[in-house]
Amino acid sequence: MATKKIEKVKYLIIGNSAGGIGAVEAIREKDKTGTIAIISDEPYPAYSRPLISPYLAHERTLESMLYRPADFYEKNSVQAFLGVKVERLDLENHAIDLADKGRIEWQKLLLATGGVPIFPKTEGSDLKGVFTFTTLDDAKVIDKFLGKPLRQAQGKPSKKKVKAVVIGGGLIGVSVTEALVKRGVAVTIVELRERVLNVILDEVASALADEALKKVGVKIVTGHTVSKITGDSAGNVAGAIFDDGKELPCDMVIVAIGVQPRLELVKDTGIKVNRGIVVDRHMTTSNPDVYACGDVAEAYDFVLGINRLTPIWPNAYVGGRVAGLNMAGVPTDYPGGTAMNSSHYFGVSVVSAGVVTPTGDGYEELSARSDHSYKKVLVKDGLVVGMVFSGDIEKAGIIYNLIKDKVKVEAFKQTLVASDFGLLSLPEERWRPKLELPAKAAPSAASGKSGSPTGH
Amino acid sequence: MGCHLCEVYCQQQHSKSKDLIKAFKTETPRPLPRVRMEAKGSVSFSVRCQHCADAPCTQACLTGALSKDPVTGVVLVDTEKCVGCWTCILVCPFGAIRRDEEQGKAVKCDLCRGRPTPACVDNCPNEALIFAEAES
Repeated sequence: MATKKIEKVKYLIIGNSAGGIGAVEAIREKDKTGTIAIISDEPYPAYSRPLISPYLAHERTLESMLYRPADFYEKNSVQAFLGVKVERLDLENHAIDLADKGRIEWQKLLLATGGVPIFPKTEGSDLKGVFTFTTLDDAKVIDKFLGKPLRQAQGKPSKKKVKAVVIGGGLIGVSVTEALVKRGVAVTIVELRERVLNVILDEVASALADEALKKVGVKIVTGHTVSKITGDSAGNVAGAIFDDGKELPCDMVIVAIGVQPRLELVKDTGIKVNRGIVVDRHMTTSNPDVYACGDVAEAYDFVLGINRLTPIWPNAYVGGRVAGLNMAGVPTDYPGGTAMNSSHYFGVSVVSAGVVTPTGDGYEELSARSDHSYKKVLVKDGLVVGMVFSGDIEKAGIIYNLIKDKVKVEAFKQTLVASDFGLLSLPEERWRPKLELPAKAAPSAASGKSGSPTGH
Repeated sequence: MGCHLCEVYCQQQHSKSKDLIKAFKTETPRPLPRVRMEAKGSVSFSVRCQHCADAPCTQACLTGALSKDPVTGVVLVDTEKCVGCWTCILVCPFGAIRRDEEQGKAVKCDLCRGRPTPACVDNCPNEALIFAEAES
C-alpha cells in the first residue's frame, strides 16, 4: 500500500456549498495567505442547490448554476478536494482521514456538511424509481430516469404520461414537483399535514400555493402519507399505498419529507450535538478549534431567541462567513438567522419569515388582502415576530429588518400592511441616519452612496 | 419637492433608446425605475440601493447573481444568474430591489455604470441628491 499522503493547511472546510463558500470569502478578506482547503464528496464546484429544480426542468445546466465563477478556487488560493469523502475526524491530532487514504492536518476546522434527506426505510423504498431531491446528483438520476421510455406493456412502447408521487408538500416537494410538471410528469403530492408548505406559510398563503399547483394539474392529497411502495416483477415502482390502504398507481416516488443534519463525522468525537451540532455566537462548537454552520448546525434564531436548526441557504452563508471571520482571528458574533423563505412557484411569489402561524397567546395579527396581494404581520410584545407577503412583496425587506433589529412597532404597526408602506412609515431615526450624507463624506465623482433626504 | 424626476431620469438611463419620450411611449416593457420616491407630509426623499458595506442581499442571494465589486463597492446583479427568487427583496432594509416580472430578474441601482454621476443626481432640480464617496 502506498504511504499516506499528508497535507497541512491552516483552515480546513468540510462542505462546498453556501456555508463553506461564505467561510472562504470571509477568511480571504482577513488572511490573504493562510492555506485553505475545502473538501466535498460532491464532484462539482459549488453550485446553487435551489437550482437543481430548473436543472431537472432543463432550464439550467451545471455551468449556469455555479454559485461562484469558475476561477473562484484558484483566485482565492483554495485547494479544492472535490468528489472526496472524509472518513474520520481525528480531533486529538487536528487531522482528518480521507476515504482515499489521504490525511489532512488543520489548525481550524469548519464543519459545513449540510443535511441529508430523511428517508425512512419502508416496504418498497429500495425499488427502482424511488428518489430523493437535495443534490445535483439526485436531479441527474431523476433526469436519466425520465429520459428512458416507460417500460413497455406487452412489447408496445407506452405513450402514457409518467406518473409520480411526491411524498411531502414542503419546499423540496413543491420544488421537485415544479420540475416534474415542466417535464410532462403527472404529479400527486401527498402531505401528511393539512396543507402544503405548512411550515413556511400560513393558511392563506398555503391556499395560494395550493391553487397555483392545482392550476397546472398537480393533485394534492393532504392528511395522509405513503406507507408502502409496491413494485413489479422487475423491481420497478408500480404504485404507492397510502396509510388508509388506498393505492395510487405510479412510475416513480420522490421522498421529500425533509432533511436532517449530516452528523456522521462528529459521532463519538465528543463534539456537542443536540439535533444538530451546537454552536455559540461565534459558530464555535464545543471544541474551540472546530466551527460549524449551515444545515448541520444548531445556531441562534433571533426571533425565538434560542439555538435551533434553520436549514436555509442565506443563514448558511452568513453562518459560514461568521465562522470564517472567527477562524481568521477576528472575533465576530453571528447576528442570528430565522426561518425565512422566498418562493416563486408557478408564478406565485410568497415571502415569509419568523413565526407564520402562532401557537400560543399574545400574538396580534395585522393583515391586508386585495386581488393581487396578501400581507400579514404578527406582532408580539410590541415587536414584529413574523410575516407573510404575497404579490406586493417589494417592501417586505423593510419589515424583515424590523424583526431582525427588534424595533418597537406599537406606534405605527397599522401602517405595516398598508399599500403605501415605506421607510417614511417608520420613525425618523430609523431612516434618516441611513440615507443622509455622512458628515465626513465629501462629494466626489467616484462610486459611493447617494441619497439625501430633504424637506421641500 | 417630491417631483419624481429621479425616477423618470432613472428610467430613461435604463431604457434601450436613452430617449425620454421613446422610453415612456414606445418601449415595452417600459424600463423600471431603480429609485423610489417616498413622500409624507412635508418630507420627501428618494431611495435606492445603498451599496451596503455588508450587503445582506449579496449574502442571501441563492445563486450568486448579486455581488459586490471588491474594488468599487458597487452591488450589481448578474442577470444571467438571477432566477427571480426574490430572496434579496426579503432581506433588503431599504426595499430598494425591484422585480422585473416579465424577465423574472431583480432590478436595482447600478449607480449608472458608464456615467460620471448617476442620472438621478444630475437631474435633481433641488440638488437634494448627492453623489459621494463613502468612508470605508
